Amino acid sequence: MSSIAQKTIFYITLKALGLSVLCLSTLYIVWNFYLAGEPLFAIGMFVLATIAAVIFSFRRFYTWRFIYPGIAAIAVFIVLPVVYTSSVGFTNFSARNLLTFERVQKYHLQKTITVDGSQRPFNLTAELKIYFPKSDDRAALITPNITTAINGQLTATLYANNPPEALSIKAIIQNRAALQALTIALPNDDGGFLVADGLRNFAQISPQYTKITDGILTATDGTQLVADQDVGFFRDSNGDIVSPGWSVGVGWQNFIKIATNEGISAPMLQIFLWTCIFAFLSMVFTFSLGTGLAVLLDWKHLKGRGIYRVLLILPYAVPSFISILVFKGLFNQNFGEINLILSQLLGIKPEWFTSPLLAKSMLLIVNTWLGFPYWMLLAGGFIQAIPQDQYKAAALEGSGPIRNFFKITLPQILTPSVPLLIANFAFNFNNIVLILLLTSGGPDIAGTIIPAGSTDLLGSFTYRIAFQDSGQDFGLAGAISTLIFILTGFIAYVNFRFMQRLAAKTGAATS
Amino acid sequence: MMVENKQSLKLRKLITHGFLLSICLLMMFPFFMILSISFREGNFATGSLFPDNPTLEHWALALGFEYTRPDGTIIKPPYPVLLWLWNSIKIGVIASVGILVLSTTSAFAFSRMQFRGKKSILDSLLIIQMFPGALTVIAMYAIFDALGQVVPWLGVDSHPALIISYLSAITLHIWTIKGYFDSIDPSLDKAAQLDGATPWQAFRYIFLPLALPIIAVVFMLSFIYLVNEYPVASVLLHNTEDMTLAVGARQYLYPQKYLWGDFAAAAVLSGLPITILFLFSQRFLIGGMSDGAVKG
Repeated sequence: MSSIAQKTIFYITLKALGLSVLCLSTLYIVWNFYLAGEPLFAIGMFVLATIAAVIFSFRRFYTWRFIYPGIAAIAVFIVLPVVYTSSVGFTNFSARNLLTFERVQKYHLQKTITVDGSQRPFNLTAELKIYFPKSDDRAALITPNITTAINGQLTATLYANNPPEALSIKAIIQNRAALQALTIALPNDDGGFLVADGLRNFAQISPQYTKITDGILTATDGTQLVADQDVGFFRDSNGDIVSPGWSVGVGWQNFIKIATNEGISAPMLQIFLWTCIFAFLSMVFTFSLGTGLAVLLDWKHLKGRGIYRVLLILPYAVPSFISILVFKGLFNQNFGEINLILSQLLGIKPEWFTSPLLAKSMLLIVNTWLGFPYWMLLAGGFIQAIPQDQYKAAALEGSGPIRNFFKITLPQILTPSVPLLIANFAFNFNNIVLILLLTSGGPDIAGTIIPAGSTDLLGSFTYRIAFQDSGQDFGLAGAISTLIFILTGFIAYVNFRFMQRLAAKTGAATS
Repeated sequence: MMVENKQSLKLRKLITHGFLLSICLLMMFPFFMILSISFREGNFATGSLFPDNPTLEHWALALGFEYTRPDGTIIKPPYPVLLWLWNSIKIGVIASVGILVLSTTSAFAFSRMQFRGKKSILDSLLIIQMFPGALTVIAMYAIFDALGQVVPWLGVDSHPALIISYLSAITLHIWTIKGYFDSIDPSLDKAAQLDGATPWQAFRYIFLPLALPIIAVVFMLSFIYLVNEYPVASVLLHNTEDMTLAVGARQYLYPQKYLWGDFAAAAVLSGLPITILFLFSQRFLIGGMSDGAVKG
């Protein structure tokens, strides 16, 4: 037996052992997912884990061992969320319809009411015992010290002596948390329990509803709650809905709402137009400024180009969330430095955050500041690839620098930039962080049903519907997100075709 | 050589210098201002570029020290800035290492192995990377909320959850590294194959060492991207002491609690390391950047 063979056997055993442990722990998690009422996650995880186990057990799938982990991460955290978000667009998932049906039904079944006439006033004694005085036909009771309760359980015993001295209401308030956690068993054999009912009484409670079948609950007074699966609420006997609600599928309703409801479609169209304008202008401004500076910095006669370059890269080097917040402060109407300087020089104090036009200009200024170094760096690289003899030939014909730029430099920068320009457009089309940190979409557009800001991009508008403003309408946000996904997918596809054509062209040129 | 009039050349140089200088000043203006504000008294102070009564209050608070004003009042630091910075760095480094592991292995397979669907997977990666992550945060929240019910340390409000969700940011990096692997001479791995090396050994002992430069670039790009990531982090992290810098920094500038001076010091303090890192590595980064609009 050679040692190599022994080693191989050792590794194989180790691998088999590791895989089995991994499989078992994954199965455990999958099972718990199922128990936690998340069958979809359980299935998803089971499928992912099974594929992983197969790929790593059989040599046939050797190649896939290299790719699967990455692809799985993309599938779970990019593709699945996109699909999930779109599917939410077909439900009424929102702050009002937040739970699952099971959770809502459980919530109603856990609701309790005080049994009439069971209230008993109580005192807290100096030893922190609860004393129930004699009342009507009920005997006086006393419990052990409340701090000795195990899991909040105490058993009361009959008490025949003189009433003990009672502490003031202040002591009760101080011990409120402990008192409210208590369940006190009564000494008689009816098995009743008392729980705190306000600060002065303990009382017996009983469930308010009992379940007849899934979706039909009967209250103690005989009325019924019936589940309405069309709206995701229980309805009482008058037909009124009872909160909380659960989320149910509503078909195309959200999309129809977007298309037909004036209060939504009008601001959305406005926001869509602004999104396109913002993305286009951002692209044009950053590209022009960046390319212009790159050309200047390429001028060999110029001294100190390195210093200029480093200084001009700085806006790109600083984390953008910091610079955006810095600008938010600098543009502040009253204490901002920009208005301070403007009022000293020109005597004006523009309302950067309350006037729609100024807010939009501010966004473009900030975004140009943030984005131009990117193009400066890229164009600087593309310029290096332009053959110098073209400029020499142009100089012989008496061409000036400006003509050179438009006839020689720009075309040769523009061609390789096209895919990056489109990607830049898509990036700014969804530049949600800038909006959220700088203006949060404001100032608001007047007369809309849902909060919509005049600087909102489609993405930030959607983000705010889902997370920030009252109502939290995930369903509507999901529907708008779906539209944005389709648009972005379209832009990405166009970009992709451009790049393919470009690659084919350069490939043909070099071959 | 070009024939140029000396006089006009001088003039043009002068104009260019003037133009570049003024642009630089304009672009640097926010930096000067924020530095100046961080030394000013109070949180609403306006004043000259060089503060009249410079104070270290904001800096002490940003560094996590209590500050005693001349009149005896003690000011406590409003937020744990250094902790946030540490959170950002920790999450950024761990997730970037994970991203490197996933993207180098995938890139190796895409570059050197033959399998069905290779081209369509590669192409779809390019399209997938354009989807706005900020809009899928509802789903992210739902996934980790469910996961947290079963595995508490992987739920909402935990760093592992954020790190795992960041592992999906590999689409572009796979392309970048694949491009680099493609440029490695195929005779090298042919030779390794003849010597009996498995693909894994070829990857581990030949490709990885050769690809160190591009690995450094991808690490930097991914780290900078992750430190700047806001939407997913803001949805997954709610506790003040868990936050990353990108999420926490926003706390300073709520209208009802506007800590402009404190923010200035915190911004300079926390922005500086990342800025220096970027400037230091920008020579390597430019090549990696032209492969896609990673940060635009």
